Order: sequence, then C-alpha cells, then structure tokens
Amino acid sequence: MIHALTLILACQLAGEALARLFGWPVPGPVLGMALLFALMLASVRVAELVTPTGTGILRHLSLLFVPAGVGVVGHLQQLGTNGLGLALALIVSTVLALGTGAGAFVLVARLTGDKGSEDV
Amino acid sequence: MFEFAEIWSYLAASPLIWLTATLIAYVIGDALAQAAGRAPLANPVLIAVILLAVLLWLTQTSYATYFEGAQFVHFLLGPATVALAIPLWQQRHAVRRAFLPICAALLAGSVTAVLSALVIGHALGLSPQLLATLAPKSTTAPVALGISQSLGGSPTLTAVLVILTGMIGAIVVTPLMNTLRIRDWRARGLAVGVAAHGIGTARAFQVNPQAGAFAGIGMALNAMLTAFLAPWALGLFM
Repeated sequence: MIHALTLILACQLAGEALARLFGWPVPGPVLGMALLFALMLASVRVAELVTPTGTGILRHLSLLFVPAGVGVVGHLQQLGTNGLGLALALIVSTVLALGTGAGAFVLVARLTGDKGSEDV
Repeated sequence: MFEFAEIWSYLAASPLIWLTATLIAYVIGDALAQAAGRAPLANPVLIAVILLAVLLWLTQTSYATYFEGAQFVHFLLGPATVALAIPLWQQRHAVRRAFLPICAALLAGSVTAVLSALVIGHALGLSPQLLATLAPKSTTAPVALGISQSLGGSPTLTAVLVILTGMIGAIVVTPLMNTLRIRDWRARGLAVGVAAHGIGTARAFQVNPQAGAFAGIGMALNAMLTAFLAPWALGLFM
C-alpha cells in the first residue's frame, strides 16, 4: 500500500512540476493521471501495484468533495443574486451535452460498422 | 458549564474537531442516501455540506477555521484524480474497440457542456468571474477545482456547481435517453460520464454495468479534455 501511495503521489508531483515548467493550463493531477496511465500500460506490475490502493481512494471519492462544498457558506449571497442564470445554464447545458454526446457515439458507431453493445 | 467552555475552546483550536466533523457528516449523508434507495436527490455530499454549513453557523466558526481541519480530506482530491487512471486502464480493451465513437462522443459532449453553459450564462449576464467558475462544471470535482482556480474563478463555488451538475445529469439521463431512443449502453454511459462526472457514473453503474464502465471512461477523458478546452472557450467570452 505504501508503495502504491508513493507512486500515486510521485505521479501527481511530476504532473505539478511539468505543468509549472511548461506553463500549461492543465492541472498537475490531470497530467499525473496521464502519466500513471502510461506507466500502467507499460507495465502490468505497476497496474497490479496501484489498483487496490487507488480503487480504495476512488471508492470514497464523494467524501473528498465535502470540504470544498462547505465553501458555499461564503457564496450564499452570490448564489442568490445569480441563481436563475446559474440554474438555467446548468440544467440546459447538461441536457444538451447528454444528448449530443450519446447521439455522436451512436452515429459514429453506425458509420464505422460497429455492431453495437451486445458484442462487447 | 465553565468546564465545557474550556474544553470547547481547546478543541475548537485544533484541526481534529473539523476533520472528524467532516467524516461524521459524510457518514450520516451516506447512510441517509442509502436509506432513500440512492435516489439522485438524496446525494451524500449535498447532505454532508448542509449539515456542516448549519454546524458552522450554529458554532459561529469561520470557513478558514473549518478548513484547517478539513484540508486533510481536501488534499486527497489530487491523488484521487491521479487514481482515475485505474478505471481507464481496466477498460482499455473496450476503449480500443470503440475508439472512434468514444472520441466523437467525448468531443461533442465536452464542447457542448462547456460552450452551452457559457453561452447561457453570458446571455443571462453572469460576470466573467462567474463564467470562469461555471466553465468546468461537467468535469470531476478535483479537476474542476484546478481548472476554475487557474482561470480566475472561485473553486469553492465551482465545487457546488459540479455537485449540482452531477445530480441534474443523474436525474435526467434515463428519461432523456429513452425519449431519444438511444439504447446502446456504451453511448448512454459515456455521455453521462462526460456531462455529469462521478455522480452520473455512479448512476450509470446502478442501471447497467457496461454503461457504468463507459461512464468512468467518459469522466476520465473529459477531465483531460476540459482542462484544454475550458481556457479556450472562456477566451471567446472575454
């Protein structure tokens, strides 16, 4: 477990360093994710090493949102003033994104002769 | 009563009390969500946030004091983002087989999620700072916070918008897909992962295992794509 945690933190650290070094807009942990994925593809041993610990962290992913979510106490006024605009933007854009995303998948699957989900 | 006040002033100064309170609030939220049959509206994060917000208000505690304890939980968002490589790796064969449809759905869903939110927000007169806060709302929270911060938005407000987006996606996905007559579980899953991140993914797993796996892929890939897309899209409205 300690090795897996070390590797995950090392990937994050490398990601943060790369993002700073090249001035990329991508958050360091996202680069860390790409790095870990590349390492897992390169070596099955790495994949087996990080999977139990990493899956453990992801199992309680929702908990990790709580401290940031409590920050809403400082934004109640802003939410009140802009509530309608924010609510409309969230609802309409989520419905549109769901529709276009699934639609694009089905369309391209059909164009490329993919036989549908039963085959997978 | 004097003794209680003394103990309270000691505890209130240490990070332990708010770290423990965060975990207790989450455990309560999770238990209530389970009791409600995992109904989309009974979101454990939402319940925990409300409980803690009320507690902070009752004890007259500032968010800065609270965060001194809660930062230990908050810190794990970074490693959790890195760990998203794991579901992506586990599904690598399915990803390779449906590579082109996945790319198309990811691009269409991600661009629509960011651009349509900005168009609507801009039209309704939201400030540039609020638009930056809104732009990454379909991305999984750890990444959304990072994007919001680097764009000059408010990460804490982004966290709330991300959670709301997840709940909206989880509620509307099944009726919407049935109306559109989209029956491919991969398409349904991927779309909800892109549009509604982890909360949408959890919902997809409840409906169909393959939809759940593809939702996880959509969430992970969208996290990377939005990091590049959001700064560009926001630039169009500045």
